Amino acid sequence: MALPSTTLAGLGAALARGALSSVELTREVLARAGAAQPALNAFVTLDADGALAAARAADESRAAGRAGPLTGVPIAHKDVLMTAGLRTTCSSRMLANFTAPYDAHVVDALKRAGTVLVGKTNMDEFAMGSSNETSYFGPVRNPWNPAYVPGGSSGGSAAAVAARIVPAATGTDTGGSIRQPASLSGICGLKPTYGLCSRYGLIAFASSLDTPGMFAQTAEDCALMLNAMAGHDPRDATSLPRPREDYTRELGQPLAGLRIGLPREYFGDGTDLDVAAAVDAAIAEYRKLGATTVDIALPAVKLSVPVYYVIAPAEASSNLSRFDGVRYGHRAAGYADLLDMYKKSRAEGFGAEVKRRILVGTYVLSHGYYDAYYLKAQKVRRLIADDFQRAFAQCDVIAGPTAPSAAFEFGAKSDDPVQMYLNDIFTIAGNLTGVPGISIPCGFTRGGLPIGLQLQANYFREAQLLGVAHGLQQATDWHARVPAAYGVQR
Amino acid sequence: MALTLDDVRRIAHLARIDIDADEAAAVHAKLGTIFAMIDELNAVDTEGVAPMSHAQDMAMPLRDDAVTESDHHALYQAQAPAVEDGLYLVPRVIE
Repeated sequence: MALPSTTLAGLGAALARGALSSVELTREVLARAGAAQPALNAFVTLDADGALAAARAADESRAAGRAGPLTGVPIAHKDVLMTAGLRTTCSSRMLANFTAPYDAHVVDALKRAGTVLVGKTNMDEFAMGSSNETSYFGPVRNPWNPAYVPGGSSGGSAAAVAARIVPAATGTDTGGSIRQPASLSGICGLKPTYGLCSRYGLIAFASSLDTPGMFAQTAEDCALMLNAMAGHDPRDATSLPRPREDYTRELGQPLAGLRIGLPREYFGDGTDLDVAAAVDAAIAEYRKLGATTVDIALPAVKLSVPVYYVIAPAEASSNLSRFDGVRYGHRAAGYADLLDMYKKSRAEGFGAEVKRRILVGTYVLSHGYYDAYYLKAQKVRRLIADDFQRAFAQCDVIAGPTAPSAAFEFGAKSDDPVQMYLNDIFTIAGNLTGVPGISIPCGFTRGGLPIGLQLQANYFREAQLLGVAHGLQQATDWHARVPAAYGVQR
Repeated sequence: MALTLDDVRRIAHLARIDIDADEAAAVHAKLGTIFAMIDELNAVDTEGVAPMSHAQDMAMPLRDDAVTESDHHALYQAQAPAVEDGLYLVPRVIE
């Protein structure tokens, strides 16, 4: 069935004026999700019964005069977020049969906002990967070209939004896992300031970096999602008590006088020529809209990949020690004793990339190496954060490519972990520092693959960031381009 | 600090991950390239730099010392690999 819109705001408005019901919309979304599943593999679990029950409840709320902007709109959650009563796997054999006993904070917040959960999206195992190739349930394919990766780790959420299955989906970003797949899949992806959205119920990978966020087609839709997701939660000790904000408030603000910082390190030899050209064109568009540009330097950012590959595995090795085959998750069928049970359960339950990172983390935290690796990385992390604060004294937002290249083919980087890790070179610093960042579509390669522009702002400046992103989307239509296979009957 | 094959076996034991000889050799090669990248950090001067453990320099919040959790053990244990009488079962560790 043709829909009156595919955006969150558009569908919310259509529901509000009675153009269709949430049940009708949800049936269509489930049909699209099912039809695209063989080609994309974007979902690990679809919950038709739960979705239709939630849709009926949303329609009843609306009939009773209790409806917000998201009431009755179907969305999807990344399968790293706990969903009460629904399978939550982290795309790992370890949790292949795990049913979450409670909702993550952001899942609960979006439920209370009236959204309808249609399913859980595929991802790199335990969110460790940049291509979605490490999923136990098989890779997600890029809706623009199925021979290419969608990015990762939140690849299923990115593909589901890019293919116009759902108008929005949650993701989590530990080193770029929202922004990079948003870039490679041609949609918007926002990683908020660390601490703005609670991590409660987000199955932990690297706790000082893990950040819940979202995918949508437009900056406006990201703002609507963030309005529902942000807020203090005492169940997460790092959730920040902050006054409530309306993140849509700077949409449509004039961009005259905006100072855009251009880090020379983001425009060097490592960046693909098509990517650089598209990003340059977006910046030229911002100049036309009245923004000025200033050259800035982020010299320590080049160290962000090695810093990340100490800190993230260290935290992961600790967090993933909970998977021991005792309380939940996979337990090996045969074992000699307790130690053997731990070892076999973990060897069978985890995939190669997850094991590799646990081993790196175990090593850097082990006796005699802590100062040389972990403490050293924490010090360089400070240098990177200091670079950003110096930059934000000169500019309002930092602009550059989200990733050094567009999507790559399956297998292109899977044998060389360091090459894979370097795809996150422009996004990792945002996690190490905790500043918010968004990737928005800004063009295509000659091969027809989408390119993302990353905008980063200082802590808690999401409203400004979304306003700046919205400005480009008012002047260009890159965000409205739809992959050919998913563009009919929209 | 080159990582040896013995180091790989030792950390796999510490991490409680079973690893056979072929796997250890393959992992050893991959970890070698990862640590070659990580070792770039050695060249950075961090004299006098305070380590940054967290994105926000904030004190850990304190809450009242009150019971806030209710009893969920039946729900949680419903999907444990093995339970009996409200207890998780593991192989015998004390003879």
